[in-house]
Amino acid sequence: MFKTFIFGIVLGVVGTIVAVLFVPVVDQARENSVITVATNGGSAEAFYINIPTDRIVVGAPGDAPKLPSGLAWPDELSAASADMYKLRNVHNAVIGVASRVVLTDVEQGDVVEWVLHMPARGSLYIGMDVDNIEGGARLGTLHRGTREFSKTQGAFSERWVAADSDDEVNRGRIELVSRFVSIQQPASVTE
Amino acid sequence: MMKHVLALVVGVLVGALAVSALLVYNPLAGTRDLTPLSVSDQTLMQLNYSGVAEASIAYTNDGESTTRPHPAKVLQLWEGPVRRTDAMMTVLSDARGRNVGFGIKYMSDSEKTNIINGDAIVDSVWHIVLPGRGTLFVEQTENYWGFLRDVVLPAHLSAADSWKGNWSGNMTAGPGALGTARVIGGSGEFAERTAEAVESRTAKAYSTRQGAIALDGQIMIEMGEQALAADNDAP
Repeated sequence: MFKTFIFGIVLGVVGTIVAVLFVPVVDQARENSVITVATNGGSAEAFYINIPTDRIVVGAPGDAPKLPSGLAWPDELSAASADMYKLRNVHNAVIGVASRVVLTDVEQGDVVEWVLHMPARGSLYIGMDVDNIEGGARLGTLHRGTREFSKTQGAFSERWVAADSDDEVNRGRIELVSRFVSIQQPASVTE
Repeated sequence: MMKHVLALVVGVLVGALAVSALLVYNPLAGTRDLTPLSVSDQTLMQLNYSGVAEASIAYTNDGESTTRPHPAKVLQLWEGPVRRTDAMMTVLSDARGRNVGFGIKYMSDSEKTNIINGDAIVDSVWHIVLPGRGTLFVEQTENYWGFLRDVVLPAHLSAADSWKGNWSGNMTAGPGALGTARVIGGSGEFAERTAEAVESRTAKAYSTRQGAIALDGQIMIEMGEQALAADNDAP
């Protein structure tokens, strides 16, 4: 019986080590990336945010509406507002979270920035132009990508798309489109 | 026959527990107390925040974690691809305790987590907004192993389901070669500038039912001479 006990200890030690080595502790759920080849090279990918169902936080100074109820926006941040959303792919599946920050600054000029965070892929830090272009869209540039996006550069756009009249839940959605190329590729990414 | 089966089962449990204890209390997997920024001759910008969810502007996760979302009605991240992600929007204060801006932090459990090496890795990014100065983005991998081993595990082993003490450690483990976070400026005085950063935490109380009760975070960003001038001009 003692030999069986010793054998059990060895089995327990080996089994635990094998389990620790080969069973993943973290296995992030993934949705398929829906990426298309852009006209002038590189890749294009669209992301969507349904309004209002994907709004996590709406933070704004003063009497502006806030979300969720009970959210207190600090008085010191009267020059800034920030929204946080769930982020979806073209198949309407949630793939990450995103935030949009607006900074009103008299001296340095206004700032509009996005951060998109996709847990299984990486994050995007994007600076937007303050002024809209024709058609109501706003263009921006990728400042920094992490992990899957760390070796990319390119352009970004945001625009509001009103919902179909038969959508009783959402008023519309924010459409975000990235047009990225590899940093090694010298290609135009603004078209 | 029954005795042999019992001896085998007990032996397996003893072996598994021995390996688990060795992994948890592995002396080679310690908390990093010293970072390259500790000996930097550059100006360091210090930003402080509370790590307690109730003290943040907003905090959300899957709703089933120890840390409860705040405010209570905030939308939760229950979908598969975001279930292992926490998102926090919080006020940032400077070294003098003045509120100087806010930050949005996303934290996702990383598939690089490796128990053998004592790596409980979290991929995280900060979007830092400092009105009047500009915006920054911080990319880092954090190692929560020391925090889990020294704070969370003792709380679970405690009869009171809580831990009290004084723990501090550097969370940042990369992606910089020297274990620092990468920083890029987005606008204002930080536009197009790059820097390094380290995030640390100081814990004093933790509950298995509520999560962190007394927890402060600190981000140290290595800035150049330009930021030094701006800091000196500040009222």
